[in-house]
Amino acid sequence: MREELLAIVEKNSRIDTKELAVLLGVEEIDIINELAKLQDEGIICGFHTLINWEKTNIEKVMALIEVKVTPQRGQGFDNIAERIYKYPEVRAVYLISGGFDLLVILEEKTLKEIANFVSDKLSPLDSVLSTATHFILKKYKDYGIMLSEKYEDKREVITP
Amino acid sequence: MRNPLSDTIVNIKPSGIRKFFDIVSEMKDAISLGVGEPDFDTPWHIRDEGIYSLEKGRTFYTSNSGLKDLKVEICNYMKRSQNVDYNPDTDVIVTVGGSEAIDIGFRAMLNPGDEVLIPQPSYVSYEPCAILAGAKPVIINLKAENEFRLTAEELEAAITDKTKILVLPFPNNPTGSIMEKEDLEKIVKVIIEKDIFVMSDEIYAELTYKDKHVSITSIPGMKERTILINGFSKAYAMTGWRLGYACGPKEIIQQMTKIHQYAIMCAPTTSQYAAVEALKNGDDDIKEMRTAYNQRRRFLMNAFKEMGLECFEPYGAFYVFPCIKEFGMTSEEFATRFLKEEKVATVPGTAFGDSGEGFLRISYAYSLETLKIAMDKLSKFITRLREEK
Repeated sequence: MREELLAIVEKNSRIDTKELAVLLGVEEIDIINELAKLQDEGIICGFHTLINWEKTNIEKVMALIEVKVTPQRGQGFDNIAERIYKYPEVRAVYLISGGFDLLVILEEKTLKEIANFVSDKLSPLDSVLSTATHFILKKYKDYGIMLSEKYEDKREVITP
Repeated sequence: MRNPLSDTIVNIKPSGIRKFFDIVSEMKDAISLGVGEPDFDTPWHIRDEGIYSLEKGRTFYTSNSGLKDLKVEICNYMKRSQNVDYNPDTDVIVTVGGSEAIDIGFRAMLNPGDEVLIPQPSYVSYEPCAILAGAKPVIINLKAENEFRLTAEELEAAITDKTKILVLPFPNNPTGSIMEKEDLEKIVKVIIEKDIFVMSDEIYAELTYKDKHVSITSIPGMKERTILINGFSKAYAMTGWRLGYACGPKEIIQQMTKIHQYAIMCAPTTSQYAAVEALKNGDDDIKEMRTAYNQRRRFLMNAFKEMGLECFEPYGAFYVFPCIKEFGMTSEEFATRFLKEEKVATVPGTAFGDSGEGFLRISYAYSLETLKIAMDKLSKFITRLREEK
């Protein structure tokens, strides 16, 4: 049940426990207990809403920053990652294999704010060797949702 | 001028679904629960393979019975899903949908006067195809109290000296009914004893919600006397690609291939390349779609329970078949009023045979959101009908 439950709530966090029980063919109390457990275990970490900000008149600038760092003895990348992810404007930090070490995703109101973050906060960190900043120009698909397409049922209305 | 038409075809009545289709098409804002095909798009990697085959210029005929690679994959699928061995060189033919396989299967096997047993409610093609093949269709009316499964008694009672083929349409459209292994074993005894053949239409084989589907071909003694029909439409959401297949004894497949060769040449090449990809790498897609269908199925069963509408629990395909007898209307009256008053289209059970009278086919090849709106409307509608009484 756990896998199917997670698959549903990952796509629809607003679904209520009664409906979940119907869809999964179990008792509602089992759903409530399982969801509580999943939160306790830190498997479910939040209930977010996917917003296509481009359709609003609120300005948002998003950047992906490739960061090369020197890992620290005994700590690996964890310490430096923490120094970076503690900044509230940082949306995500991933440790990456390949040409660089950390991928930092940053969201700000203006390009200037992102530039300031990189030059004033990120680059001066001792372990940071170099950064490369990429700005996102357009989002086509996010969290598995195609942002520009709307589902339209093109089937015939009645078929055998 | 002379009558240009064939008496045989003129005497075949048009599909009962057609009439309803015309009414629904005129209502622009109606919600339809009347569709017999998946709401999913064909998985992208399968479509991509079709596109790639076009880019590569694979735009020629394939061999009459189908691409060798595809026939091999079909045999692999039968082996891994049912543990049944077929030889890709002699026992398989790739057809234009399961529908063509039904047609040429009958034509390859039936002589004038032969009888074909057709359990109903079932898909609309068997009866006319049997007539076109010169045979006499004999209907077995399945019963709601048996969850519309075929029993050995019903089968035995319908068999005569002239009976040649039994059509076995499970998992079933429109009832959603399935035949489990024990059910099959009971009828197999009769089939072998009476020496008849089976055309097993297993197009919904991948869409079952209890145990895994058991093909009648996997029961000892049955592979030799069964034409198995399957295809890509339902499992991989590939209806528009028009691709199905038949597996069976080589003598029958050989004659089917002869008809196919003269009437069709070969199934669409692009679709065949896409289908190879589907069989090789599509198992996860099926699983995902099956999970979604199963959730919707549970949702509908619960909705019926809450509104007190009688419905046996169906474990296959993507249809539920609730009973509307309590309202004292025919299926057609009920479906027509429901459409006019609540703007929801369903299909009267009678479109699939007389024994569908008193039932309604509701398809759950729709999003949960759509099903929710439709069930609210159904609940309102039947509350009103109960108050009227």
